[in-house]
Amino acid sequence: MTTAPAETAAPSGTLFRLATAGSVDDGKSTLVGRLLHDAQAILSDQLAAVARTSAERGFGEAFDADDQPLDLALLTDGLRSEREQGITIDVAYRYFATDKRSFVLADCPGHVQYTRNTVTGTSTADAVVLLVDVRNGVVEQTRRHLAVATLLRVEHIIVAVNKIDAVDYSEAAFRAVEEDIQRVARELWAQNSGDAAVTAPIVVPVSALRGDNVVNVSERTRWYSGEALLPILEQLPDADAEHRRQEPLRLPVQTVIRPQGGLAPDADPDSFTDFRGYAGQIAAGTLRPGDRVRIQPGHHTAEVTAVRRTDLQRDLVPGEAALAGESVVVELSENYDVARGSLLSAVESAAQERDELTVRLAWLHEKPLTPGARVLFKHGTATVKALVTEISDRLDLTTLTAQPAAQLNLNDIGTATVKLAAALPVDDYAASKRTGASLLIDPADGNTLAAGLISLPQATDDAETETDEDWLSS
Amino acid sequence: MNTTTAPEQAPPTRPDSVLSAAGTTALARLEAEAIHIIREVVAEFDRPAMLFSGGKDSVVMLHLAAKAFWPGKIPFPVVHIDTGHNFPEVLEFRDRTVERLGLRLVVGSVQELIDSGELQERADGTRNPLQTVPLLRTIAENRFDAVFGGARRDEDRARAKERILSLRDEFGQWDPRSQRPELWNLYNGRHKPGQHVRAFPISNWTELDVWRYIAYENIELPPLYYAHEREVFHRDGMIRAVGPFSQPAPDEPTEVLQVRYRTVGDMSCTGAVLSNAVNNDLVLREVAEATVTERGATRADDRLSEAAMEDRKKDGYF
Repeated sequence: MTTAPAETAAPSGTLFRLATAGSVDDGKSTLVGRLLHDAQAILSDQLAAVARTSAERGFGEAFDADDQPLDLALLTDGLRSEREQGITIDVAYRYFATDKRSFVLADCPGHVQYTRNTVTGTSTADAVVLLVDVRNGVVEQTRRHLAVATLLRVEHIIVAVNKIDAVDYSEAAFRAVEEDIQRVARELWAQNSGDAAVTAPIVVPVSALRGDNVVNVSERTRWYSGEALLPILEQLPDADAEHRRQEPLRLPVQTVIRPQGGLAPDADPDSFTDFRGYAGQIAAGTLRPGDRVRIQPGHHTAEVTAVRRTDLQRDLVPGEAALAGESVVVELSENYDVARGSLLSAVESAAQERDELTVRLAWLHEKPLTPGARVLFKHGTATVKALVTEISDRLDLTTLTAQPAAQLNLNDIGTATVKLAAALPVDDYAASKRTGASLLIDPADGNTLAAGLISLPQATDDAETETDEDWLSS
Repeated sequence: MNTTTAPEQAPPTRPDSVLSAAGTTALARLEAEAIHIIREVVAEFDRPAMLFSGGKDSVVMLHLAAKAFWPGKIPFPVVHIDTGHNFPEVLEFRDRTVERLGLRLVVGSVQELIDSGELQERADGTRNPLQTVPLLRTIAENRFDAVFGGARRDEDRARAKERILSLRDEFGQWDPRSQRPELWNLYNGRHKPGQHVRAFPISNWTELDVWRYIAYENIELPPLYYAHEREVFHRDGMIRAVGPFSQPAPDEPTEVLQVRYRTVGDMSCTGAVLSNAVNNDLVLREVAEATVTERGATRADDRLSEAAMEDRKKDGYF
């Protein structure tokens, strides 16, 4: 599969997804508030509302230049119970832009009880900003959040060592925490096949309350040679988008568009009598008219006869490619049973078709996972029945080692073997995030049980396991 | 009613000043994401429908739906919950758009439920909060299992907590404390009979993104989104139109001002803003320079309390 030549690559990095996490009282909401405030993303009525509530509650600390006491956490803690308890329960999405970039910020809760919401916010992030209180250093929640970020292979991890003002801007205090963070990150990456080129976390000393190193480098931390947080965020490469374009083509078919369902009023009926288009968002790679693709599952191939873009660069000139991330409609020279759930792949490096998988799981439900569990396995645009046949290990957050486990409990990270009712075309999550990701769903009530990251060590013969075939074939 | 000197529809020029290449790329990503969400919901649900009020967000969402299935037609009906106090030019726009796209329109009526005694007019005359009952009834009667809404997370801090796919129980309620995890772009729409799902394809768009897209795609909107002369009066710090459902008190003098609307809801609770923005380019500049949020500026229903939107959402509101 050819990769995107530079001249067809659209400018990237202009919509950057950021997740923030920290443990309770690390000052995360204050940092987010500071970022929004200093990036001038807060409008006057919102600021007035915060000032009013801050005053009512007697929030005493001067915050901004006018010495107005503001509890900026109130900007992101949107739910009544969050404001009452002073904690963040669910992800709050906030939007701000600088001259260089538009940011989607997923402000995630710190409390262990709401880790599943943190996983939600982190799963789509280009970068995660973890908050650590310099006085407490690395605590269990720091390890947990670092574990989630490494498991999900977030491209950039930034650790803001906060409340540096509370230790008189001490370099020694910062360096001790920094060293700890780097050690934990190294051990976690080793757990997640750390052979991939991985950048170490960027560690920044900040005071969210005073604004040190948030937007501008602080005079009070002259020993710190790095940049402030916001400029770092503006300059991080949009690595995910770049990786996706270099990967072989993966296009999960969402739906088939046919004129039988009725034509759009502005579509010429004569041009579309035999139209059959496959609609989907390109998960990885690039797509050009004339490319040959494999229709998976299966071995049929077909030629791409047309690519209809829906995005803003929709006039696809000959030779130009549609890129990963675009929503397109594709026409093929042959239509071998292509339907929702099909995957169009690069012929020479197609996805592996497996009916048994090793999956790294982030378990997100109160009900523990035990071997023998019947679940639904959602992958791309396909959902199949599945059986969890074995749980092989669970990550111990204290020792950062994989330990044998009989079950996975809420917020555990572990490894399981899953037998599928039908073979699915899959990739290793480390090689292709979109086609390496899956959900485990409870068939009884439809709840999402786990994030599943497919692990394909190497091609081996599928060993038959004894399972409840009734479940898989019903 | 002394209303519109309707502005000329914005000329089809693309305002490069605000639509930098960078902005366009961010917009392309948002568009691709929204189309992906719309297709997922249509593929996974039996009876989807899309809320369409004629407001700018729902107009953009419908435009995205048309793109998602082109050259096929939009494969679901649209739903409007009519407060009975809507701006007439918005209703006219609604009907014309539905006609143009060949869609089926389902209308749920607040007025009918007031007439039958099932709903009571509020003391403040605001009808937006009354839309929840007819909305849930329309969903139940038509057995819709997925309802697209044009809500955006940047509108309000309760909406900032909303998932892209949001499960509603048998009573249409939203439980913000136990939302499903939502991972990557794998949207889990499984639900039990009686439950339904709300889907928000433009969750991640800001007001500015919406206007950039309207300008770039040259999407037609109801004329009151552009500056026009209108007879107005002032109440609670908001500029209110004089109309059949919005009458000034004796001590509220009226005047003719050049205004436009940033949001379009019920005439009895939506305020206008002073504006010279007669086309998309000028609106874009105005929005980019705004110092007050759109809801803060123009919606009386969100001023009721600190958690007004959260309370309405929990009950099943949009």
